[in-house]
Amino acid sequence: MRGQGPMSEDPMSAAASGPDVTSELLVVENLTVTLPTTRGPVAVVKDVSFTVGRNETVGIVGESGSGKSMTSLAIMGLLPRGALTTGSVRLDGVELLGLGDREMRRIRGAQASMIFQDPLSSLNPYYTVGLQIEEMYRAHLGGSRKEARKVAVEALERVGIPEPERRTGHYPHQFSGGQRQRIMIAMALVCSPGLLIADEPTTALDVTVQAQILRLLADLQRQTRTGMVFITHDLAVISSIATRVLVMCRGEQVEYGTAEQVFSAPEHAYTRRLLESIPRITDDLSADEVVL
Amino acid sequence: MTDVLLSARDLTKRFTTRGTFGRKSEFTAVDGVSFAVHRGETLAVVGESGSGKSTSARIVAKLMEPSAGTLEFEDEDVTHATGAQLARYRADVQVVFQDPFSSLNPRHTVERILMAPLDYQGIAPSGGRRAYTGELMERVGLNPDHAQRYPAQFSGGQAQRIGIARALAVNPKLVICDEAVSALDVSVQAQVLELLLRLQRESGFSYIFIAHDLAVVRRIAHRVAVMSGGKIVEQGPRGQVFDDPRHPYTRTLLAAVPRINPEWDRRRRAATA
Amino acid sequence: MARYLAGRITGLVLILFLVCLFTYLIFFKLSPDPALMICGKTCTPERVTQIRTVLGIDKPFLTQFWDFLSGLFAGRDYGSGTNLVHCPAPCLGYSFQTNQSVWQMVLDRLPVTATLAIGAATLWLLAGITMGLLSAVKEGTWWDRSAMNLALGGASIPNYVLALALQYVLVVKLQILPFPSSVAFTDAPWLWFQSYLMPWIVLATGAACLYARLTRANVIDTLAENFFRTARSKGLAPVLTMRRHALRPALTPIVTIFGMDFAALLGGALITETVFGLNGIGKMAADSIAKNDQPVIMAVTLLAAFFVVVGNVVVDLVYTALDPRVRIR
Repeated sequence: MRGQGPMSEDPMSAAASGPDVTSELLVVENLTVTLPTTRGPVAVVKDVSFTVGRNETVGIVGESGSGKSMTSLAIMGLLPRGALTTGSVRLDGVELLGLGDREMRRIRGAQASMIFQDPLSSLNPYYTVGLQIEEMYRAHLGGSRKEARKVAVEALERVGIPEPERRTGHYPHQFSGGQRQRIMIAMALVCSPGLLIADEPTTALDVTVQAQILRLLADLQRQTRTGMVFITHDLAVISSIATRVLVMCRGEQVEYGTAEQVFSAPEHAYTRRLLESIPRITDDLSADEVVL
Repeated sequence: MTDVLLSARDLTKRFTTRGTFGRKSEFTAVDGVSFAVHRGETLAVVGESGSGKSTSARIVAKLMEPSAGTLEFEDEDVTHATGAQLARYRADVQVVFQDPFSSLNPRHTVERILMAPLDYQGIAPSGGRRAYTGELMERVGLNPDHAQRYPAQFSGGQAQRIGIARALAVNPKLVICDEAVSALDVSVQAQVLELLLRLQRESGFSYIFIAHDLAVVRRIAHRVAVMSGGKIVEQGPRGQVFDDPRHPYTRTLLAAVPRINPEWDRRRRAATA
Repeated sequence: MARYLAGRITGLVLILFLVCLFTYLIFFKLSPDPALMICGKTCTPERVTQIRTVLGIDKPFLTQFWDFLSGLFAGRDYGSGTNLVHCPAPCLGYSFQTNQSVWQMVLDRLPVTATLAIGAATLWLLAGITMGLLSAVKEGTWWDRSAMNLALGGASIPNYVLALALQYVLVVKLQILPFPSSVAFTDAPWLWFQSYLMPWIVLATGAACLYARLTRANVIDTLAENFFRTARSKGLAPVLTMRRHALRPALTPIVTIFGMDFAALLGGALITETVFGLNGIGKMAADSIAKNDQPVIMAVTLLAAFFVVVGNVVVDLVYTALDPRVRIR
């Protein structure tokens, strides 16, 4: 699998170097998304700009309706029909906005892929997981079914699915929630894309499983030098995985900076309020909280 | 703490499922669970999906009969309560569900929703319906002028406040919160947690707080029961469970909770102080 | 799997038995005395008694019913001595009207009904699914709206109106088609096809319109599924995306409904067969009811019940094969 995608390099040297923030993989500038509604067009993403370096993770955090998911769909060109996008999205120097269907299809999966919140509904229940990985590999890199099956087995092995050979013949409902998300990750990385967009990938999972998936993503990123956009509502998750953080609220970008800046010295009142409102597992309990 | 309000002893719930081709299989969702809730305290039941915490809550709410075990409320055996005893129990024990919108009738106004528990029991509030509803709405931080609105006209957090107000309408002794804040955005969640704490301070009822989020539980619970595989693996005061967990599963669970970099957190607090 | 099948087949037999029992009971209690009907105008009480004995309808209900059931599986004898008539299994008795073996009548007419059903089903599947699919893909457009209004209209036209209208326009006015006649496919294939075309269209129209609306709704739901979004995010070719991630999930539930509709149709298309004068099971049912020909009514009722019940089991099995979530636990 290695050496076939545009981004893959020797995993050993990649592991040695940290996130390459200076080398820009994805540049989003003044991205605005307008959706048609019954009450006229509504801007769901307003003037958002950020950059993702190779092997870097940028977190987009916000509450429901903040426009974080729309931002990711805009990058992938998967917005609902009638959506209007302005600004610029450049992946590896190529402008994605305004690309035709055919060109965009070549990028999706091969250079930028995506994983979603609910892995069960995100996998087609009628086909084996093996086939769903194979069809993606063959769509971009060709090869026979046999070759593709071999790649699918390797991909499942890489994300820690036991007995990958046998498991390629199983259907999504035969896996646990955490395993399904592993399968989604295996599929997303099967063509070695430069960019992985993870849209709330651990929100539907139990905490212990979430911790495993986060570790897996970090490990795979170190091996493959994939740039990642990690979308979540959970600030604690972002804190543990992102190098840079973009805070969104009602479609607007309220804060953007390194994770350290955003968490230790938030500039915007909204970010401060958000940080104060999340319950912690380690803090001293303040006086107003329950006492025995 | 004070005296025991509710005690559950060896609650067990088995489900029989039938496979596609008629194979029967039995599955024990709750397996010999015992706990007690004291007056005015919050017992949190935490666990991951499939741990049996919601089934336990449903048994206590009497939405489901246990396969074995007993349930005592105010020293009365209510395990198989029926008729007047069950009606009394239902008034004393109220439930707040996870999804406020699906648990509120979309065709009823807030007033009708809040009055329903009283209407059902044939009680007329002393000050009249409007005043009673208004007072309840104020208690949960809603604008009393909105009493004639429908659930869909409220945000998720506000709708959950309506759910809480409905639970309070009959002056319950125990409120079961089944993942009551799980679906809410963090800032809204914080406000609803504050509200739950304040209401308990004011009225002195008890909570059984079912949740999967340990950080939330730490914020609200007096005592914590950790469930896994249908059993309570550890039970104790909050301080003990969080700071000195005995069971390996509790330790795994706590270790898995993502944390904000504590150094960054400290610097932010220092700057705002 | 074997246990499941055994269970389903037991249920199937039980239901068919009950259908038999109740149908038989209804005729035993309600219909006029068949002996009087057979006997005709010049009838003596002795002759009536004799006919009753030969038919075995002088016996108590349960004995009669048992004779009927055992006749189905083992055959039975009517009368005795020189008048003995052996009715081989499966014996459904003899028509009071024509004295023909009912089983033979069914065998003669089943091909007509089957031809009708298979042709109509092919037509409505093709037309319905194509129309629904196009509407779903072009949801909200002018095409979608007109197609769906047309489908609503088509589903509301009664078959006999459509049948008469088609005959009037195509046969009488435009003279594009000949009047339907019963020709064998092997004798005159083209005429055979022309004869069946109108009945096929009549039978297919209502179902096609229904299937179009159903397909449209299912495809639209599937296009909104998360896995369809995943398929799009994978950069698959559009044809593959549609086939695997939209059509397969959207059309699988339609199999269930199709199986039931098709099975019901095999029980006879009463109105269409009558209007076009096709000698199928439906026409046989209509004739027998009009003339109170009890053994024939019994046979068509049983036949329809048989197809529906068997269709049900077949649909379940096919669905199990099509949906892995049901297949493997």
